[in-house]
Amino acid sequence: MTGRSQVDQFIRAHRLRPVELLPWGVAVLAYFGFADYLPLGSQILIMILFAMSLDLVLGYAGIVTLGHAAFFGVGAYAAGIYAVHVSGEPLSGLLVGGLAAAIVGLVSGAVILRTTGLTLLMLTLAVTSLLSAAANDAGFITGGNDGLQGVAINPILDAFSFDMFGRTAYLYCLAVLFVSWLFVRRLVHSPFGRSLVGIRENVVRMHAIGAPVRRRLLTVYTISAGLAGIAGALLTQTTQFVGLTVLSFERSGAIVIMLVLGGAGRLYGAFVGATLYMIAQDQLAEIDPIFWDFWIGLLLVLIVLFARGGILGLADRVLLLIRRRR
Amino acid sequence: MTVALETIGLARRFGALVVANNIDFKLEAGARHALIGPNGAGKTTFVNLVTGRLSPSAGRILLNGTDVTRLRQEERVRRGLGRTFQINTLFKGLSVLENVCLAVGEHAGTGGEKFRLAGARRAVVEHAFALLERMGIVDDAGRLVKELPYGKQRLVEIAIALGLDPSVLLLDEPAAGVPSAENRVILDVIAQLPASVAVLIIEHDMELVFRFAQRITVLVQGAILMEGTPAEIAADPRVREVYLGERQHG
Repeated sequence: MTGRSQVDQFIRAHRLRPVELLPWGVAVLAYFGFADYLPLGSQILIMILFAMSLDLVLGYAGIVTLGHAAFFGVGAYAAGIYAVHVSGEPLSGLLVGGLAAAIVGLVSGAVILRTTGLTLLMLTLAVTSLLSAAANDAGFITGGNDGLQGVAINPILDAFSFDMFGRTAYLYCLAVLFVSWLFVRRLVHSPFGRSLVGIRENVVRMHAIGAPVRRRLLTVYTISAGLAGIAGALLTQTTQFVGLTVLSFERSGAIVIMLVLGGAGRLYGAFVGATLYMIAQDQLAEIDPIFWDFWIGLLLVLIVLFARGGILGLADRVLLLIRRRR
Repeated sequence: MTVALETIGLARRFGALVVANNIDFKLEAGARHALIGPNGAGKTTFVNLVTGRLSPSAGRILLNGTDVTRLRQEERVRRGLGRTFQINTLFKGLSVLENVCLAVGEHAGTGGEKFRLAGARRAVVEHAFALLERMGIVDDAGRLVKELPYGKQRLVEIAIALGLDPSVLLLDEPAAGVPSAENRVILDVIAQLPASVAVLIIEHDMELVFRFAQRITVLVQGAILMEGTPAEIAADPRVREVYLGERQHG
């Protein structure tokens, strides 16, 4: 390959490829093909958004966290409280959820991102535990153990009411996910996004080339928190309820599992992992209501042992093998 | 002659252990200066203190006349301080070209751009590519760094530092463990650096040091033993005793 074409190839490398539109085709087809499963579909779309937000910090920047539910939960509660006490208008509710979570991300990140490794992991857990305890104690505003009741959401743009079949909710989640994806895709393919990968790959060198490492990490942590908050707000608006489980450790753990299953640091790992996990959970819970999470756990063990890089990592390796054989 | 880099009474202690002891050092603008000393003399510690990876227990660091002692690493880099590492410190999962692009982009102030695609600034990519051409590794531009042999990784290490267009360049054993083919490239690149760049090379290879350096500083147990021209250093019995002698015996 000539020098010029190598430069051109590098410059083109981050442009949108047609295959990246595949998930959207699948999502639209699912709307028509699986009309009875649209509520599950909405949940999947929400979890994809949540996993995508986690991918920014865990997959791209290498920030190890087991507390991402903190931001999902704050977004869910903020949107719920906003709907109950201020307005049931959904788009401003999303904004409130995202902003509240971003603020919590900014403040907590400013403190905990000074640490690394196990200390950081423990601190992410601690932040979620603190928020969960606070939500439980502040029953007068959050509903405590009983959850927040009376969440009523207005029609989207005063035109599209949420219906009992979940059609509006599905399309609403799809639209929010699509816009978020456009944003995240641009971000991870920007110089900022590549510098996050640089930080993950070698933080010592990033310092040595003059990158403001801590500021970059705090920025992406805040953005990621905001997106997780929007995912939480979506859950509140589509289910019209918020319970303490939005802040649970299980939710933090499950979203990490989804991302690892699909493949972290690959953008589309969130799509594959969240979809597979949610469908497997739904189906396995029917087949084996008691031990369904055992099967999820087994799948995770197999992926971690035999398919590092998740399902997309495995797919990459298979494609590479096929190409080499030709 | 103006001074590009100066340390005044620079010291670093780890408990009772003194790894840098009151180091007064000057690197003139455009100098070709070598820092030598036996293993454990504190050479890399000195580099880490100057670049801000370590903070000093006492003393001051002046970069192009400005006190940078309290500044973070990135601010020192922005003021023209570049370095390479004794042990390859690269982005191993990224391509060779992207390794250098990251450095060039940071230097150009575009490393934090969020809404422009990476590679959209053609000048950054072209500059990184030109550096690879200079290092003779242009054919490996698209390969992942971890797939390269050690010697070529060493060249990437230097290309990254050059991507910062530094006015003061600290080369920490740039040719260590490098096969002769790449070694020659490294020597040529160092020899061709613009005269405006002040270079401090930390090296064990005495042949390289005496060929390259106009001045040599000898560091022993965290303190400067002596400084002088290559001829003065070679003739000094103390240096022969602590360093050259050790090499002859070792």
